[in-house]
Amino acid sequence: MSLSKDQVQHIAMLARLKLSEDEYAESVEKLSKIVDFVDQLSQADTSGVVPMAHPLDAAQRLRPDAVTEVVERDYYQDNAAAVSDGLYLVPKVIE
Amino acid sequence: MSRPEQEWHAQSMTALKAGLDGGAFTSVELTHALLDRIAALDDKLNALITVTADEALAAAERSDKVRATGNGGVLNGLPIIHKDIFCTRGVKTSCGSKMLDNFISPYDATVVEKLSNAGAIVLGKSNMDEFAMGSSNETSYYGPVKNPWDLSCSPGGSSGGSAAAVAARLAPAATGTDTGGSIRQPAALTGTVGIKPTYGRVSRYGMIAFASSLDQAGVITRTAEDAARMLGVMAGFDERDSTSIDEPVPDYVGGLKESIRGLRVGVVRQHFDAGLDAHCAKKIRESIAVLESLGAKTIEVDLPNLDLSVPTYYVVAPAECSSNLSRFDGVRFGHRADNAEDLLDLYCRSRGEGFGDEVKRRIMTGTYVLSAGYYDAYYLKAQQVRHLIADDFKKAFADVDVIAGPTAPSPAFKLGEKVDDPIMMYLNDIYTIGANLAGLPGMSIPCGFVDELPVGLHLVGAHFAEETLFRCAHNYQQHTDWHNACPEDFE
Repeated sequence: MSLSKDQVQHIAMLARLKLSEDEYAESVEKLSKIVDFVDQLSQADTSGVVPMAHPLDAAQRLRPDAVTEVVERDYYQDNAAAVSDGLYLVPKVIE
Repeated sequence: MSRPEQEWHAQSMTALKAGLDGGAFTSVELTHALLDRIAALDDKLNALITVTADEALAAAERSDKVRATGNGGVLNGLPIIHKDIFCTRGVKTSCGSKMLDNFISPYDATVVEKLSNAGAIVLGKSNMDEFAMGSSNETSYYGPVKNPWDLSCSPGGSSGGSAAAVAARLAPAATGTDTGGSIRQPAALTGTVGIKPTYGRVSRYGMIAFASSLDQAGVITRTAEDAARMLGVMAGFDERDSTSIDEPVPDYVGGLKESIRGLRVGVVRQHFDAGLDAHCAKKIRESIAVLESLGAKTIEVDLPNLDLSVPTYYVVAPAECSSNLSRFDGVRFGHRADNAEDLLDLYCRSRGEGFGDEVKRRIMTGTYVLSAGYYDAYYLKAQQVRHLIADDFKKAFADVDVIAGPTAPSPAFKLGEKVDDPIMMYLNDIYTIGANLAGLPGMSIPCGFVDELPVGLHLVGAHFAEETLFRCAHNYQQHTDWHNACPEDFE
């Protein structure tokens, strides 16, 4: 096993995923296999190779900072579980 | 005059267009016939998540009126299906996930908009692996899709619903997306044509993101000509996608007529190593011989880092997925857990409940390879190896116009066969992943059968060489009949 349960718990926390006990056991096993599998990359000689940033070597395009979208807030918010007065509601953050 | 309704479903888009334009039938009649077929047959396949019958019939009626005035787009009145990864305004867009089971998209993807503007009629939204993460369609929240050639087999994935629907003649064309083979592998396993164009050729706007440097939209059809027709509409610059490429779109259909005399076809030595089923290898060699008989020249080439493409992909894709899927937080849209104690609990439980096993696995893999202390060893290393892989292709394309080989290592496998072993499942994409890593166009066309299951020939071209792929595939289809084969229960 290349990953411990503690490590998987830490990863799940960073990823904001709540897992059941069964899911933890399975994740330790399967994630370890995946990490072992991708470890074969360490065998490749990449000295002096530039990491690839874009498949076509293109640079990010810029656009004018102009308003182009129509705002349909109420329609967008139909998809939210809890809204009030156009605001999205979440559990209390500041006591 | 008697109308051969029973045959409409078997016709290509090109033939249906001639029928509509010639007044042999109307789009309303055609749409009705295909909707009836979906209602009668899709219980066997589970290819569709949503059927948009009312919207389709209304659109068909409009298209008939437009045609009567002598107007209409190039796809006017022709029925298609969208993979449920493309946002469609006012229609559920689930991405195969419980997370988006309640999501009604408030806007159209550019692909959806362009096809609708060209007059295409959307029959529904197709089933897929959850968030396009899978090679068998078994990770879908809505259950696996069955392969029309053998209902106990997988149709491949992640665009398995689109591929099964086209193979079963529920529609002549369906959109798909391809991050590591998700159009081409299901096309191979269902005996259909699937093309993933050059990265940036088709807009990703409104296409739910999985791995943004690899994702590309494409199409599944039964003939190369139909694929050319569809891609001609889908392709083109879109300012709403920051990685869209501003290059003119050639006349793909017009370019089909040319021969492939003198075309240099690369055959990759590493493709015929131990991983490939021997019967499939024979079919691939036979189909390359057909290309030779049509005047193509074969040249042996090397892709020395082929074996590293799968591990490279399984670092880069999960890394990008972990970032892209952080938007699903239970606040603005998507599944939200009940009775959250605090904000952290809301995030963790909404995501824990909303995502399936494979998606969680990939998010965690990505989180791990990007986390402090591991970034250089995994992510940076993978991006370097990715450069080596892209350079291998560049070198090969100095000598050849097209690379021809297998799309998948074997014909369709049984549902359940690989689902418990992620590595075995990942290796299914060994021949297709390279094109995504290097941003190249790739296409799968049917080239025979092994044990009564279809086999796909994979064609890869240089950047923006879609025309060459279409021409090669069309010439092949003019001299072979594999693309006309129909699964017995769906004739």
